[in-house]
Amino acid sequence: MAARKPSAKAASLPNVSAEELTTYYRDMLLIRRFEEKAGQLYGMGLIGGFCHLYIGQEAVVVGLEAAASEGDKRITSYRDHGHMLACGMDPNGVMAELTGREGGYSKGKGGSMHMFSKEKHFYGGHGIVGAQVPLGAGLAFADKYKGTDRVTFTYFGDGAANQGQVYETFNMAALWALPVIFVIENNQYAMGTAQKRSTSTPDLHTRGEAFGIPGEAVDGMDVLAVKAAGDKAVKHCRSGKGPYILEIKTYRYRGHSMSDPAKYRTREEVQKMREERDAIEHVREMLLQGGHATEDDLKAIDKEIKAIVNASADFARESPEPSLDELWTDIYAEEAV
Amino acid sequence: MATEVLMPALSPTMEEGTLAKWLIKEGDTVSAGDIMAEIETDKATMEFEAVDEGIVGKILIPEGTEGVRVNTPIAVLVEDGETVSDAAPAAPAQALAPADKAQSSEDQPAAGMSHPEPVKAITRAEAPWPAGTKTKQTTVREALRDAMAEEMRRDEDVFLMGEEVGEYQGAYKISQGLLDEFGARRVMDTPITEHGFTGIAVGAAFGGLRPIVEFMTFNFAMQAIDQIINSAAKTLYMSGGQMGAPMVFRGPNGAAARVGAQHSQDYAAWYAHIPGLKVVMPYSASDAKGLLKTAIRDPNPVIFLENEILYGKTFEVPEIEDYTVPFGKARVWREGSDVTIVSFGIGMTYALDAAEKLAKDGIEAEVIDLRTLRPIDYDTVIASVQKTNRCITVEEGFPVGAIGNHLSAVIMERAFDYLDAPVLNLTGKDVPMPYAANLEKHALLTTAEVIEAAKKVCYR
Repeated sequence: MAARKPSAKAASLPNVSAEELTTYYRDMLLIRRFEEKAGQLYGMGLIGGFCHLYIGQEAVVVGLEAAASEGDKRITSYRDHGHMLACGMDPNGVMAELTGREGGYSKGKGGSMHMFSKEKHFYGGHGIVGAQVPLGAGLAFADKYKGTDRVTFTYFGDGAANQGQVYETFNMAALWALPVIFVIENNQYAMGTAQKRSTSTPDLHTRGEAFGIPGEAVDGMDVLAVKAAGDKAVKHCRSGKGPYILEIKTYRYRGHSMSDPAKYRTREEVQKMREERDAIEHVREMLLQGGHATEDDLKAIDKEIKAIVNASADFARESPEPSLDELWTDIYAEEAV
Repeated sequence: MATEVLMPALSPTMEEGTLAKWLIKEGDTVSAGDIMAEIETDKATMEFEAVDEGIVGKILIPEGTEGVRVNTPIAVLVEDGETVSDAAPAAPAQALAPADKAQSSEDQPAAGMSHPEPVKAITRAEAPWPAGTKTKQTTVREALRDAMAEEMRRDEDVFLMGEEVGEYQGAYKISQGLLDEFGARRVMDTPITEHGFTGIAVGAAFGGLRPIVEFMTFNFAMQAIDQIINSAAKTLYMSGGQMGAPMVFRGPNGAAARVGAQHSQDYAAWYAHIPGLKVVMPYSASDAKGLLKTAIRDPNPVIFLENEILYGKTFEVPEIEDYTVPFGKARVWREGSDVTIVSFGIGMTYALDAAEKLAKDGIEAEVIDLRTLRPIDYDTVIASVQKTNRCITVEEGFPVGAIGNHLSAVIMERAFDYLDAPVLNLTGKDVPMPYAANLEKHALLTTAEVIEAAKKVCYR
């Protein structure tokens, strides 16, 4: 057993310490195990409706959260569990929202697609494809109006990248120099439609060119590449230069939602991505091969994550259903919230 | 320890399915993510992945079995060295679904089903400000501008955005002078892009600002209605009260004159349908001012429906500092004992005109201006109907699902025994707005129609 402790600045890990890398490993693993558990609870009928899992895309949010600072905002679509865990929201509260219980982030009234946390600056959880894009620019508008230097990460998928309101937003974000990072999570399928069947030009990061918004493509299966691109985008936005586009090429292993048989792609395609490009395996190998962690170290992390996820599932089952009074609350605010 | 693999629910509606094919066999080692079986749901054949790792100890349901209920154990995973007999016997699936915890929903009566109380109030036509207050002749246009200016002076977070609100001074000159006083940061001209700028405004409200969004007309707000309803109106509820959209959507609504079908529609009933929105539709200048100030301060999204024809109309506006009008309080413009006429917005012009002419025929109409459509002041309407025993409603919107339809239902519920005639709903005609002057006039309401309806319910 290798007794060597990981060095704080390992030479073989450019721009990242072993501690940081271990943190990415842990954060990505938490999302994966959490999502697997959510899939299991869905299968048991404990989670209802639509449930869109993030498995395969973990490096995107973990890499970008590593580039964010306190007070930065984030907003995304309905495939939102990973974003919430990555920004530090409590797995218990997320899982209990999935089971529709009182202990959930929205007291059981939002569900998988609609969760929020003012404390963590997470603004949802939106179910209409593309609608979160102007909302995200609006959050950035508020920061600029108030004169802060915060930035907003506005996530959307390759499917949403064809919505008209996205381009209306690009125009105004550039015109008004809003501090917003448009993160296109290109997982290559808009529900069941492959990008080449829906999209006339494949390079989504160039979609801002007509508005003068810089953009770049990023390998979304490499958390370090995502972090580096995130740092660059944040620097651009925070310095007042306006919006930035990151097209992060990623892949979802599961169907669009739990009820998607995913017949639009081959089993081999999915298997190949899992075996050759998996973001978590990639970091795991870096840690082991660089001698920054031992198998036992990683097993200990696995065990720790499993315990967190199991605890969230227990909490989500044990938390009571919301009281019937909740049906009639939160429709109107009495005072500013 | 052995782990049961349960028949999964693979769609929101699936209760049972066919175990089409096993892709593993007893003795195989599986790990999380391995595809174990193909399962036919009501919609499709799905692959079913392992969540836990282990060795397939026993397959409980052979492939080809139809009608396998969700949560039935279909296989058992064991750990290395363990056999199935070591494992606990396969117990029937526990009823875990929330719906099975029966002590909740059905046992309790639904809210809102109690018997309505008769209203004891007496309706009075009084100016909604103290007697002796000095008033000033003001147009609706000026009143709206004054309301915005006062609120922008009061709260730095309030800003106006929309098409031509700044340099052009407003397409209908409502924002005249605001750019000069408040600057381009707070009076923002937008591109012609309703869907986008409405979404940005809603996001800004999530972020703590108090936007006023001007639509050049509410016809154009249809481009943005998803953001108004799905994002602005529902977020407070969806977030369990954590965040919402304190903001105002305002602009001219309904028919103007000779602008054709796409520019002539009344959205009162559309927005009044939506929980989470408040809906205001003023008639007079004092209400336009007082209600707009209330709307800007309200911590919820408010739809503020103006009317182009009313913009230039002059009314008395009280010279009271910080004059506000509360939501959910109707104004009785005219007292009468023979028939109640309920209206709002520009419908009030027909209602008041008809009431004057009816008086000459000896019919005293009580005219109620609802002023806000969400919340609605039902009590004032019911109190009036208890007095007059007759009611007609007047609005310019289309007839199907009109505000008047809803009022009729409420009156039937709460004042059925007081009615001497059916409630009649006067609305715009069930046609897209024509352009020709004579056709347009008939597509809208006429005072003659209101008079005729009032006489009909009075059996005169």
